[in-house]
Amino acid sequence: MSTETVAARPVVDSARLRAWLPKYGVYAAIVLLVVYNIFFTPYFATWSNLRIQLIQVAPIVIVALGMALVIGTEGIDLSVGSVMALAAAFIPLYLGYGVVAAILVALLAGVAVGFINGILVARVGLQPIVATLALFVGGRGLAVVISEGKLVDIRNADFLYLGSGDLIGIPVLVWIAALMVLIVGFVVRRTVFGRRLLAIGGNRPAAELAGLPVKRVLITVYVVCAVLASIAGLLSVARIQSSDASSVGLLIELSAITAVVVGGTPLTGGKVRVLGTVAGALLMQLVIATMIKHNLQPSTTEMVQAVIILIAVYVARERKTR
Amino acid sequence: MALLEVVDVSKIFPGVRALDSVSFTLQPGEVHALVGENGAGKSTLIKVLTGVYKPDGGELKYQDQPVQFGTPMDAQRAGISTIYQEVNLVPLMSVAQNLFLGREPRNKFGLIDRGRMDREAREVLAGYGVTTDVRRQLGTLALGAQQMVALARAVMIDAKVVIMDEPTSSLEPREVQTLFGVIRDLHAKGIGIVYVSHRLDELYEICDAVTILRDGKLVHTGKLADLERIKLVSLMLGRDMAEVRREGATAFSGAATGDEQAAPVLRVRELNSRHKLHDVSFDVRPGEVVGLGGLLGAGRSETVKAIGGAYHLDSGTIEVDGKELKKPTPVRAVHAGVAVQPEDRKAEGIVPGLSVRENIALAVLPRVSRGGFVSDAKIDEIVDKYMKRLRIKASSPDQAVGDLSGGNQQKVLLARLLATDPKVLLLDEPTRGIDVGAKAEVQSLIDELAAEGLGVVLVSSDAEELVEGSDRVVVLRDGVVVGTLTGAEVTTEDLMSTIATEAPREH
Repeated sequence: MSTETVAARPVVDSARLRAWLPKYGVYAAIVLLVVYNIFFTPYFATWSNLRIQLIQVAPIVIVALGMALVIGTEGIDLSVGSVMALAAAFIPLYLGYGVVAAILVALLAGVAVGFINGILVARVGLQPIVATLALFVGGRGLAVVISEGKLVDIRNADFLYLGSGDLIGIPVLVWIAALMVLIVGFVVRRTVFGRRLLAIGGNRPAAELAGLPVKRVLITVYVVCAVLASIAGLLSVARIQSSDASSVGLLIELSAITAVVVGGTPLTGGKVRVLGTVAGALLMQLVIATMIKHNLQPSTTEMVQAVIILIAVYVARERKTR
Repeated sequence: MALLEVVDVSKIFPGVRALDSVSFTLQPGEVHALVGENGAGKSTLIKVLTGVYKPDGGELKYQDQPVQFGTPMDAQRAGISTIYQEVNLVPLMSVAQNLFLGREPRNKFGLIDRGRMDREAREVLAGYGVTTDVRRQLGTLALGAQQMVALARAVMIDAKVVIMDEPTSSLEPREVQTLFGVIRDLHAKGIGIVYVSHRLDELYEICDAVTILRDGKLVHTGKLADLERIKLVSLMLGRDMAEVRREGATAFSGAATGDEQAAPVLRVRELNSRHKLHDVSFDVRPGEVVGLGGLLGAGRSETVKAIGGAYHLDSGTIEVDGKELKKPTPVRAVHAGVAVQPEDRKAEGIVPGLSVRENIALAVLPRVSRGGFVSDAKIDEIVDKYMKRLRIKASSPDQAVGDLSGGNQQKVLLARLLATDPKVLLLDEPTRGIDVGAKAEVQSLIDELAAEGLGVVLVSSDAEELVEGSDRVVVLRDGVVVGTLTGAEVTTEDLMSTIATEAPREH
């Protein structure tokens, strides 16, 4: 009698777990890690620590949001780090004309790069990984040329407010990231553009036949992704109070892709998990912070990150095969 | 001695009993038809036979020995080969490479002996009526030829059991006959064949025995010759025999609905596309169903797609409701009131990961939104209307379309088209691969839509469906209109004879 219940239960549980894990696993992992840290990490549960973590994760979240949209169309954007560098390179050049002008120029650089990416993917028909690889390489090179390879200190107080100021006790940087999350979440759920983006990622030939403006939507997606990256770029400059085109946003494309994948957005397109992406970025940030606080080597941290990525991909794969 | 035996096999998925103590016996040299509506359990049974699924109960016996196939590879090694609807070969490799994949002949250095491989491939394929250059990429062959290669491969790896899942769904009649020739050879060699098909004519032509499944249960098994057609259909449907007889083969009313006087809602003139279409012209009046007849590759799908802006045209004019559709693209065509239901529902129709709701609203998003923001209320209105009208069976509008049956997927696709308020509806194989019940519903829907004044273009490989559904049939062959059947001429006999008449050679 009792053996029967014991035998029957794991079957049901594993099936439910498999459906549950890719959706909520990332949140569960965050909770576990937070609980662990509260008990075992000194000075973890402090306001100042929380602030530091959120400030560090904000640019990654912003870039990852754009990446999630691109991945939702079955694409990928490797050029986000270079876009950040370009934005960083333009800031000191145009700060003389005012903060607004500098920001606008930085955003415009993002629009331009995104437009080129979009044209290469949607019109020329290059594979996204190849199309964005071009600007991944060339974009940073251009940024270094523009900045003449120099590290420039930024002293404009208004601009620095973006990176180190507070609003109602919360860093401005975090407010901006939160606002971007809300906007992107809203765009995916409630706008024509968002719905079309998912349809194109889910089945591009079907979307084309249904009369959707596929090319326009794809170009827009790459522009949005690059603009988000340039926002992250200018915020990074404001935070570190200097512009260095050769280091801003280095390897951020990998962090962003990791956040998206760990957050449960499939690389096969057709689905974008906005909150999951935020959670993915937070989880990776927490892992790194935990490792550092326990004095583990960066190499160990990298291997733990790799394991988390593999788990995330494995869990998502499980769900697809059934 | 039975070749393959399934004894009381059950398979349970969460919430569904896909197979409920089903038994099935295949004798050597037997061609055994496996039939049932969609969701009857055919696919599940095949997957149990081929090691894809492990049964939750019951037993599998192969040559009188109990067996368990852990993986599809185990089943293949034991001699059970499967040919799926979608050809599962490597399209970028050559025909010969596909045929010998994993068992390539070697020369004395242990390298692949290309010469011998190509030679042997040519010999083998000649027996299947495929006379192509075996060094060509497989993907460049017609689907029918690809299927023959798949079959040849299956037989070459010493199969004792060959399972064919709707092998003729993409074949031309001529290719079907070649396939049947091959099946008869296999039959003579003592190979057992499980034959899954929706086409009754084929079953009666080629099969010895039949097993009928319904809702995961076995409802009949025995000699096919002893089973009357009408009885077979009623067993599949589980409906009263008299009712089936009364309904006829299709659900079309047969009444002509076109208005002879009205101006055409679609005027197609001299469509040309290199190698595919030559001066294709025809009209569709409001309320008229115009069938496009012809064999596979005659240019029917190309014509439909070209009108929908999704196929390249070198010249020709298309007028919708008196207005010329210039430089057609899908966007312009939809805007002009043309709705195309593509032949390949899964690849070009539905977006499987999105919900029923999203799929239906997909093409009308601008209309259900204000300033780029979609209105849930407006979408719900449309979705509700069409889910009711087309009787779409889904657990809720939020269910993913990929989880629905083929028939319901097709209805979702039709709902999307109708939501755009089209003037012309182009349907390419609207009832392919859907169960009998849904088929009847789609057919009567076509009648209804025409009665409401829509111009309909119908493409169907099912001659009966084409003839009973259409008011007029434009017959194509090799991209040329070879005849138009009107009034009393719209019969399967006239259709066949028009297709078969010798065309004057232009080249």
